[in-house]
Parts: sequence; C-alpha cells; structure tokens
Amino acid sequence: MSQTLSEKILSHAAGHEVRAGDFVVIRPDVVMSHDSLTPSILKIFHEQLGASRVADPQQLVFTMDHVVPAATVSIANDQNRVRRFAAEQGIRLFEVGRGICHQVLVEERIATPGKVIIGSDSHSTAYGAVGAFGCGMGSTDIALAWATGQTWLRVPETLRVILRGRFRPWVEAKDLALRLCREVGLDGANYMAVEYHGAPWMSLPERQTLASMAIEIGAKAGIFPPDPSLGEEFPIPEWLTVDESAAYARTLHINLDELQPQVALPHTVENVVDLSEISNQRVSVVFLGTCTNGRYEDLATAARILRGRRVAPGVRFIVTPASQQALARAAADGSLQTLIEAGAVLTTPGCGPCMGRHHGVLGEDDVCLSTGNRNFRGRMGSPEARIFLASPAVAAASAATGYITDPATLS
Amino acid sequence: MARIWKFGDNVDTDQIVPGRYAPYMRPNADLASAAFIEARPDFAEQAQAGDIIVAGRNFGCGSSREYAAEALKKRGIAAIIAVSFARIFFRNAINLGLPLFEAAEVVAAVHDGDLAVLDPHTWQFQVGETHWQLPPPPPFFRQILEAGGIVAYVQRHQHFPQG
Repeated sequence: MSQTLSEKILSHAAGHEVRAGDFVVIRPDVVMSHDSLTPSILKIFHEQLGASRVADPQQLVFTMDHVVPAATVSIANDQNRVRRFAAEQGIRLFEVGRGICHQVLVEERIATPGKVIIGSDSHSTAYGAVGAFGCGMGSTDIALAWATGQTWLRVPETLRVILRGRFRPWVEAKDLALRLCREVGLDGANYMAVEYHGAPWMSLPERQTLASMAIEIGAKAGIFPPDPSLGEEFPIPEWLTVDESAAYARTLHINLDELQPQVALPHTVENVVDLSEISNQRVSVVFLGTCTNGRYEDLATAARILRGRRVAPGVRFIVTPASQQALARAAADGSLQTLIEAGAVLTTPGCGPCMGRHHGVLGEDDVCLSTGNRNFRGRMGSPEARIFLASPAVAAASAATGYITDPATLS
Repeated sequence: MARIWKFGDNVDTDQIVPGRYAPYMRPNADLASAAFIEARPDFAEQAQAGDIIVAGRNFGCGSSREYAAEALKKRGIAAIIAVSFARIFFRNAINLGLPLFEAAEVVAAVHDGDLAVLDPHTWQFQVGETHWQLPPPPPFFRQILEAGGIVAYVQRHQHFPQG
C-alpha cells in the first residue's frame, strides 16, 4: 500500500502498518529537551511520576540553549540540577555555547533520516530537514517518555507542497517559509504533517529553515524526502522512499520563479506581504539568529551585504549564531570579521533574544526586524514592541539602512 | 454561574503566558496569575475558578510550553470551547485534564461576559435559555480526561490509552 513519509516512519516505529488517523504507541529514537523546560520535566519525572531512573539514557539528549549562559541565580541552579541528573543517568548533554538544540542534533548526526524525534520544543519539526519525523511536545509528554521510553502519537494526514522553479537572487528559503504561512494560514496544517517535494537541489540549511517553520502553520512534522545529497553521514533506510500515489489531504503548488522577498508584519506569522509593499518602515533592532536562520550560511549572506557598510545609526544589530560550528565557520572565512566591523553585536550561540528573555529584550518603542520564526505580541519583550520577520538578506540590508530594505536595491 | 471569557482566532501561547513569565524565569511566582497577564489584563485580574474560555480558530498556537495550559488549569478554568485548537496545546491540555471542546455553533452564539452553566459530567452547556450538548472528545482523549490527566491514567493502568 502507498504511504506518506509520516505513515512510513511511524509504521516502521510501530512495527506494523499504520494509516493517517491511527493512534500508535512507539519508542521514539530520540527524546530531546532544552534548559528552558528540562528543569520542569525533572520535577514531573520525580514528583508526579515518582520515577528515579530514565528508561533508556541513550534515548535522551539535553541541550543548553534558551538562557545561556545563565542570566539569574535560579536559572544557574536549574542548569546545575540538569547537569547533575545527566551525569548520574549517563545522558548526553550539550553545554552552554554549543548551540540551539535543532541545529546541534543535525550537526551531531543524532537526527538522521527515518528517525522519530520528540522534543520539548515546538520547532522540533526542524528535524524533518534530514527526513526524520520531528515533533514538539509538552513537559508531561517528555517526562513520560523518559520514564517509559515510549510516547503515543496520532498518525497525521499530510499536506504536500510541490515546488518548481528556483529562487531568484536575494530570495531565500525563509521567503518560501513565510509564503507558505501566507498561503495556508497559522492553522493550515494543524494536526497534519507537511512534505516538501520538487526541490532536491535545496541545501540542508535551506531545508532546516523550512522544516523549522512547519510548526508556524500548525504542523506536527515537516519532512523533506531524504536524498543522497545529504551525504553518507545521513544514511537513508531502504524503506524510506516516496510513494507518488500516497494519499495526501491537500496539495499546494508553489512556483519559486515568481517568489519575491516576503515580510511578516506584526503581530502574527500569517500576516505576510511582499517586501515591495512596505515603504519607510524604520527599525531599531535587527536580530540575525534562531533555529530558523542563524546558521553559517545566514551569517555569510549577511556579511556579503554588509561588506564595506556600517550598521545605520540608531540600530542595534544583534547576531546570535545557531551553533558554535556556525560561529567557527563564520570566523574562519572572515564573515564574522565583516559583521563585527559593520557594527554587529555578537551573543553566545543559542536562542538569543527570540523569546524575549535576554540578549536584547525589546522595549515599548522598539521595532525589530528578526530572522526568527515568531512575531507574536510580547514575544521578544514589551507587548508594545513591533516585530517583523524576514530573511537574513533583508535583515542585513535593513541593518545597513535603518529601514526595511530589499537587498537588491542597495547599490 | 460561570463567566464566559471570549477570545478571537489564533490566540497564541505568548498571549496566554509570555515566555518571560515562564516558571524557569520566575520560579517562585504564582503561575495562575500569569495567565493572559499582558494580552487580557481584565482576565488576569478577575477570572474566577469555574469560568469558561470561548475562542475562535486555532486556540493555543505557537510554543510547546505546557505552562500555558497549566496556568489556565491552575486558574480553575473549567473548560475551553473553541472552533479549533492548535495541536500541541490540545495535547497539553488533555494531558493535564483540562477539558476542550470544538463547537463552532457555541462560539458563534455566545458573548464575552455571558453567564453559563456547564455540567462537568454530561457536558450539557447552557447560556440563558439556550442549551447545547458539547461534543464529547474522541474516546482516546476521553479516557485521559476521565482519569484526571495522562499521569494519573498511566499510573493507574501502567500503559498509554488504547486507540
């Protein structure tokens, strides 16, 4: 029988053939949690479940990315508690500065094709970039997975996105991700998986940008069919192939040749317009970072635009690399030097100011252009602040001018 | 009588509890008082145990933060009736034993500030002279709700609910 990628991965995990709508209890390959929630998961694990040992320490991965290095005494204590637990139980822990969970798990080849990865973070859909079924869950679900080694899932229906054409100059994967939000809305793929077809040429970082934002249309997973271009370190199980005749709930066609730079306006991710419709919009903060757009390629794009330019007066340009590797590569090829000479403020690799906790919280009068994935009211600080979302290229051009700017218009 | 707090579409988790009010950031603060603290200050000040939230499409979209559902549960919200729910919020709320109902006709008919009666056993719902039977959650979720949440269910049965 023909199956979607989600049906194939969850059939493999369940040990029997499953269809969209079925409920399955499975053993996820990876259970990820980060510093923002691991302390509360620990509490549920000990106090509500009365558990002391995790079912399988090999299954678990801890990252430190949300508030790093610790900003308060209580956060420092929480992080130390997590470190002690990881050491006692033999759980892998990626320390402060290593980077954002979703980037680290791909760099470490913990996320590979065909795996089921659940995470205490809604952007866990990002693992679909390598052909894994990545799915965000709450603290209680993650605590139960620690204790039992298992979780339950409803097999999702699938929205198929068929891409054709290629990105025009200065149009990026982020513009496509925003375009999808514009096309289907914040709940366009609620309870569903998204599959991205027709673009095997897309690089891994581009796939990560798109898959990370599958959650912004409500999706449970966002999966690219894995292909050998990912390299030998991402082995593709022989059963993980695309069935053209699989049953898709909906199919959406997008012609990339016609795609223009997109911008999400405050205060929702579906409030998206062509960049060309925006004029004279001043910004006070430009943020380059996050699991969506903080990779080496994003830093290099920004450096290309800012070479020989300066950040405009009155603008704080905050750069938060998604990982230590992204930072190291940008340092090695001079991109970092270019950004710093232009006036960028560099922060610790991690989530940075994305959820308004440190490294550049917004005040009431701030207008931020972010390469992140959410512009909800109050997300990055004051509920009066306004957040626009765009690509790294638009972010760099806007940092240079102080206005939301199409990089193609810079001389 | 329960007061209805009515919301529109796409109420995101940053509105329900901003990330800055997470237990990680404020370990000694009362989470229940953070519910809608910035997006709906009248709710944050006045909501009473037993009150009901009625909302449009995609309630709870955004972050996986369980403390959004937990804050509403701790506040004593008896049920949330919406046109639809975002999937992670749906799962978190059911896991915590907070009843959710998808009932567009109720959402269309009731107003903010209306007084309602909700029977927690039959899910009969009444506003003024109008009665509705709220649609029961699918059996998988009903088993969790009836146990009082997923932790209680798993402790009682030693396994996850059956599809």
